[in-house]
Amino acid sequence: MSDLGSAFQQGVSLVLSGDAALWAIITLSLTVSLTATLIAACIGLPLGALLAVTRFPGRQWLLVAMNALMGLPPVVAGLVIYILLSRSGPLGSLGLLFTPGAMIIAQAVLITPILAALTRQVLEGLWEEYAEQLRSLGSGPWRAVGTLLWDGRFPLLTVLLAGFGRASAEVGAVMVVGGNIEGFTRVMTTAIALETSKGDLPLALALGMVLMTIVLGVNAAAHWLREASARWAG
Amino acid sequence: MSAPVLRAEGLCFAAGGVAILHDVSFGIGPGAPSLIIGPNGAGKSVLLRLLHRLLPPGAGQVASTGAQAMLFQKPVLLRRSVAANIAHALSLAGIRDAGRIAEALEEVGLPHLAGRPARLLSGGEQQRVALARALALRPDILFLDEPTASLDPAATRAVEAIVTRAAARGVKIVMTTHDLHQARRLAGEILLLHRGRLIEQGPAASFFSQPQSAEARAFLRGDILE
Repeated sequence: MSDLGSAFQQGVSLVLSGDAALWAIITLSLTVSLTATLIAACIGLPLGALLAVTRFPGRQWLLVAMNALMGLPPVVAGLVIYILLSRSGPLGSLGLLFTPGAMIIAQAVLITPILAALTRQVLEGLWEEYAEQLRSLGSGPWRAVGTLLWDGRFPLLTVLLAGFGRASAEVGAVMVVGGNIEGFTRVMTTAIALETSKGDLPLALALGMVLMTIVLGVNAAAHWLREASARWAG
Repeated sequence: MSAPVLRAEGLCFAAGGVAILHDVSFGIGPGAPSLIIGPNGAGKSVLLRLLHRLLPPGAGQVASTGAQAMLFQKPVLLRRSVAANIAHALSLAGIRDAGRIAEALEEVGLPHLAGRPARLLSGGEQQRVALARALALRPDILFLDEPTASLDPAATRAVEAIVTRAAARGVKIVMTTHDLHQARRLAGEILLLHRGRLIEQGPAASFFSQPQSAEARAFLRGDILE
């Protein structure tokens, strides 16, 4: 127990001391997850909005597939991307395997279906409410996408935060395609896994604390946004 | 009589196998408001949606001249400011004239609420914002579907005053209501709808003094129409 206590103390002092290696890992983690969230948002939000306002044959199958992809195991996603990016794979010439770029792709692939599915859920309710009014103003479903994305901005921000939370907490896919290379592709989750297996609990705990702080911060932001949206937009 | 601004020919509509409108034909001319009255379930709201082309008729057709706008019983405002709601409607119509926003808000007596979140206003204010949004499009025909059904008497008075002013300016008002008192206050012409059929159409004065049909007489007496 005292070992655990001293490991925890050392972890706290590592965070507070501004340890360069630790902060490099944190910075890379945030860069990778934020970029992945941005890319996933550019695809997932419009896709979800379109699925909310359009009806076409095969839509139900697409929704089932998208919901299934929400539960895609990260290591499986990592494996598929690994094969695509490996030297003999179709995208091997890009030379992205074991780089932060590959990790961004992996996280973006993982969270795009999540963002699209949650966006559809949020905006479908909004579309139900707005559809007749917007049609009476001459707006068809395609033009409604922009209106819905803007009017759903507060709930959609919480959707984005959920996506970012999932990306930053993910370990399997970035381990497979990033390789956990020290100083290059090592992020918080892969470092925690490695340091724990090595028995270096202070560093693992320090990273765990930072990760928990980020997750807490994201949830607090989501909560605040929900409150603010009720106050501002009704 | 002037040429109709709106004409319905043999309109039929059914939903889920249930016929809601049967062969409804009429012409509506310019001038004082035309009020479509009738008990709940008569098909008034569906008829208005067919006239504004929000629903496709099962049979028949609608012909109209000029621009048109529609107001619903429950105003649906976007989650943005009052002014942004009107700006959005204008931009959908391809109109880039910011002056119209202030003008429309002036018209409904709410210029001081331009920057307020629209959905946090009272029900009456929201309906007036919806009216401003519709009037900003400068419609030739304005359809109103029971616009005061969920409002208190003061808000109802405010909405009726705006509608009356718009009508005096030449906007053709086509409005549904099940409130006979309101019909008496506003109507230049009455169309009585019952069970999906047009029972009677004529000038309001003669409709109220000399109703032609048994249904109209019963409706005016306040009987429950079968």
